[in-house]
Amino acid sequence: MDGIHDMGGRHGFGQVEKPTDAPPFAETWEGKAFVIGALAARIAGTNLHAFRHAIERVPPDEYLVGYWNRWTIGAQIMMEDSGILTDEEVRARAARLSGRDVPEPPAPEPHKPQMPSGGAGNLRTADSPPAFAVGDRVRVADMNPVGHTRLPRYVRRRAGMVTAIQPCQVFPDTAAHFAGENPQHCYAVEFDSRELWGPDAEQFRLSVDLFEPYLEPVR
Amino acid sequence: MTSPTEHLDPALRVEALASLLTERGLLDEATVDNFIKTYEQSVGPMNGAKVVAKAWTDPQYRARLLADGTAAIAELGFKGPQGEQIEVLENTPATHHVVVCTLCSCYPWPVLGLPPTWYKDPAYRSRMVREPRRVLREFGLDLDDNVEIAVHDSSSEVRYMVLPERPAGIEDATEEELAALVTRDAMVGVAKVAAP
Repeated sequence: MDGIHDMGGRHGFGQVEKPTDAPPFAETWEGKAFVIGALAARIAGTNLHAFRHAIERVPPDEYLVGYWNRWTIGAQIMMEDSGILTDEEVRARAARLSGRDVPEPPAPEPHKPQMPSGGAGNLRTADSPPAFAVGDRVRVADMNPVGHTRLPRYVRRRAGMVTAIQPCQVFPDTAAHFAGENPQHCYAVEFDSRELWGPDAEQFRLSVDLFEPYLEPVR
Repeated sequence: MTSPTEHLDPALRVEALASLLTERGLLDEATVDNFIKTYEQSVGPMNGAKVVAKAWTDPQYRARLLADGTAAIAELGFKGPQGEQIEVLENTPATHHVVVCTLCSCYPWPVLGLPPTWYKDPAYRSRMVREPRRVLREFGLDLDDNVEIAVHDSSSEVRYMVLPERPAGIEDATEEELAALVTRDAMVGVAKVAAP
């Protein structure tokens, strides 16, 4: 989906933050947020790709509040989708924790997705050989799916070269929607910066890992 | 979040979620504490620093690390979530590698721990794929014009870690002394390792 999360190349976010030696969790709630998100797929009976897609569906204003906020809301969205809890329940509980005596709405009926799995992790074997070889010129398809994809917008329609064949993996675009693991070959594709950003761009190489369905041969 | 509603304080939302999940038997305090302790104490850039120091002192290990990062890193006992496939990118005087994730904040947890705030920040995620030389300069790394920059956007389950250049002038340093010099920022590619 063309959401706020697809940030590559956007203008307007200002200077990068200076690195610090801050611990992983600056505040106590952030550690708890991390664990809730880390366990969310297990609790909701889903997978990592569905979690990423839930974070993509966090409303843009909430997404930009910060990492642990979007991580937490993403976890909540995924749990709502599986009928583990509702937004109304979360808000009522938050109010009660703040000392307000509001009624608690009823809990939903869980309905976890049907999700056949080929095992742990995301590396798989493919039934067919890879369509592309190292050194092949490829063009990224003009895809604009409304669902989850790992195709960043800034490389769409651009031409690059395959520099490595990566391990075959679960296809995020279908797995996130419980439409099957559908393992796909994956390639490191390298682009010249001027192909991406025009003739005045800084000169550099950019490499992105792209799944086979995202690519077309350049003849 | 089926309908747009009023913003909830993040800390309060987390408390509410934790409270509901605990009540439903889906979360318990011991698991929460254990997870937090793991990523605060055992999984962090000190792991990656050991990998780098070993690669600097053991040419055979370095060769294995560059050929199969996942296996060579596992030799030192580092594996786990977000480390199913780790590729190591070697920085040289001619080529400087740097890692980003524009779509979320993918990061090689087993060797570097959880990502720092700047790595997850929109400014880094949007700009590193568009003007890396300028971004690196903002981080205080001013590369010569003849150094080629290679940016890696972590869009699949492959995770990237940079093997920084070994600083000159410390030929006698032990592996442990070298590990102490290696920083998280150098293993992402936004800094170099400085001699003491």
